[in-house]
Formats: sequence, C-alpha cells, structure tokens
Amino acid sequence: MLDEVILLDAYFSMFGMRVRIALAEKGVEYEYREQNLLNKGQYLLEMNPIHKKIPVLIHNGKPICESLIIVEYIDEVWKNNPLLPSDPYQRAQARFWADFIDKKVNDAGKRIWYMKGEQQQAAKEEFIEALQLLETELGDKPYFGGDKFGFVDLALIPFYCWFHAYETFGNFSTEEHCPKLIEWAERCEKIESVSKSLACPIKVYEFVLILKKKYGVK
Amino acid sequence: MGEELKLFRTWSSRYALRVVHALKIKDLEYETIFEDIKNKSTSLLEYNPIHKKVPVLVHNGKPICESLVILEYIDEIWKQSPLLPQDPYEKAMARFWAKFGDDKVMPSIWSVFISQRKDQEEAIAQAAGNLKFLEEQLTGKKFFGGETIGYLDIAFGWVANLISILEEIADLKLVDAEIFPLLSAWMNNFSDHPVINECWPPRDKMVEKFKAMREPYVEKVA
Repeated sequence: MLDEVILLDAYFSMFGMRVRIALAEKGVEYEYREQNLLNKGQYLLEMNPIHKKIPVLIHNGKPICESLIIVEYIDEVWKNNPLLPSDPYQRAQARFWADFIDKKVNDAGKRIWYMKGEQQQAAKEEFIEALQLLETELGDKPYFGGDKFGFVDLALIPFYCWFHAYETFGNFSTEEHCPKLIEWAERCEKIESVSKSLACPIKVYEFVLILKKKYGVK
Repeated sequence: MGEELKLFRTWSSRYALRVVHALKIKDLEYETIFEDIKNKSTSLLEYNPIHKKVPVLVHNGKPICESLVILEYIDEIWKQSPLLPQDPYEKAMARFWAKFGDDKVMPSIWSVFISQRKDQEEAIAQAAGNLKFLEEQLTGKKFFGGETIGYLDIAFGWVANLISILEEIADLKLVDAEIFPLLSAWMNNFSDHPVINECWPPRDKMVEKFKAMREPYVEKVA
C-alpha cells in the first residue's frame, strides 16, 4: 500500500522546516500544502483543532502535530538514515538539547524583533547565551549528532535562516559571539535536505517587517 | 549487574514525582537526594548546569534531565511494565498530550489559582476548555494509557494531586464530577492506585506551601 503523506506548513516557519528536513533526509515523498496563517483553512483547523498551528503531518489520514513530535514519529516509521542516536543515553541528551532550543532559542529570538529597549536587550543577551551554551555542547564535533547530521542539528538549523532578521533588528552579530556555531550552520547548509528546506534569510527579514507592521511593533 | 540509580528531587516537585512514579512502576531501586531549592547542592549544579533544576536522574554516574526526557529514558532502558505505547502513532499522541498538559493546561490552572474576580472568570473558562480535551481523551478508557497506568497518566499526575489542593485554597471547583465525569473518575483511579498512592507528598504541607505561593497575588479583603 502506498503511503499518503501530507504536510501542512508555512514557508517561513522554523518548525515546519524541521519536518521538511526530516522528510527529505528519509527520502519520503509527500504533498506540501502551504497554509495561509492569517486566514486558516478548514482542513488545518480540523487536523489541529487544539493549537490550530503548523506544521501538521498527516500520514494516511492521521494527523501528528508539534514539530519535534512529528520528527520523532518520522524517525520511528521510516527506519532508514536514523535521525536520533540508537543509544538511550545519547537519545536522552538529544531530546534534552532539542527541548532547550525550543525553550531558550525560539522565545528569545522572537522577543528580539518583537520588543524594544530594555526588553529587546534582555532578549538579545538570552539569545546569545543560549547559542553559546549550544556552541559549547557542539565542541569539536562537526555536528551535534557527531559525525552525522542528526536530531539536534535538525532542531536548530532552521533558526539560522532567521538570524539575519534577528541580527538586523537587534543590531548584533551572531558570528561575533558564536563563530563555531556559524561554521556549523554553514556546514549544515551544504547538506541537500537542509539547503532545500530553509527559507531565504532576506525573505525572512521582509516577512518579519510585515509581522512587525501587523503587530504594531516599530 | 549493580545499577546505580539516584534521583535528585524536592519533596513537592510535580515534575520529580513523575520520575518517582515511573521508577515505582518499573520496580526499580534507587537513592533519593532531596534538594533545597534555596540552597542547591553542588552535585545538582554539576549534574544539571543548564537548568539547575530537579528532577535529575543519575544512572551509573550519567545525568538525565527534564522529567519527560527521563521518563522516555527509563522506558527504553527497563522494558518491564512499558510506559509508552509501541505503535508510533499512539506514541506521538501520548507525547503530544503530555506537552499540551505542560504548555497549556498547567499554566491555565495556575492562572485560575492566582487571579481574582473577572480575570479569574476568564481564566476558569480557559482552563475548562483545556480540561475538556483531557476529558475527551479518556473516552472508553480507565487510564490515559488504557487498562494500565502509562506515560501520559504519569505526565498528568499533577492533575490528580495538585488540582484539588489548589481548589481547596482558592475555594472553587474546577474539575466538577458532573462536567468532567471521566476526568474525575481518572483522578480517583490514579490516586488510589497502590503504586501512586504511596508516593504523594503530604497534603497538609502542600496546602501550606501553595497557600504561601498564592499570597502575593491575592488582594487583602479589609
């Protein structure tokens, strides 16, 4: 029986990018459906009634929501090219760091373009601190997964295409604070699944301009 | 082979309690280290330098942090009494609802607890909406895990333990048995289960603790 895989997503979403990368890493054929988040379609609302958000992966009619949960699902269903380590302790570390990225990088990043003044400054400091912790965790390894691109790399790399927007609005340089992390990001970008899944940083910046206008953020 | 298991916890942490429950279900022996949050031990800070929080499970000297990550680790190492479903879709659903519990349900319950008057009314409506999703998940089931306690029941343990304490302090009823019959029944079934029952923190101490936490938010009535 042929698998039917549909991805409800939005071009600029880092969370959607995670799923795109995972599906590409596994070589899974799927139908991509770009969603209008300002005018959410009925199908999205049916498939994710709880959060009404993307990404949603629909596998043979059954929806899975929340990007890291979707990626773990993909890893369990399609066993080729594993994303998570096989060792339980390494898996726990990978999950820990993916959770850290969600809690620390995502939230601070958003506040950089959404806030001003002291709040923005605080967000910048938190963001840089989070990246520096990640850089320490990376150490001398080519990827967080070791020799191979893996779960934590996938969890973090989509934020890289948002760095230009964060840096411009926050007036700072990530490379200045985390040069090794930028090297890692450039290494990841050479991977086909990553390069074809990430949004263009200039377009992201323009998108954030629209968002700022929409939310009345100067 | 001697397994060395240590759990860093506090007496009241609902996150640490998840790990306590899981270790009990798996029938595992371990050493407990109780932490004082105002005076964290050097060991805790070494084992969890990023978040500096409990729980931390240390297995043969290697630390695992974040309660839900710990649950999955325990389930992968010790195969008896499985916590997570085997089917990938069911597993994804369990993980989804556990995250929903932490990200949405808990903050909404907390909002009810610390707000008053109109804010509280709005908070109650929000919390009730979230609890309705949990109620629906229990359709046809005794536990979220089915016939036996599983990962999601443990993740929601705080619902069974903490909500009635908050209700008592704030003098309101959030989980009304008439509106949430399945959730109310689950709270009793879960709490009364021998594996869970023995591990609850002392109720009077919990009431005292959460009353103190609520103090700054409550306007004094003259």
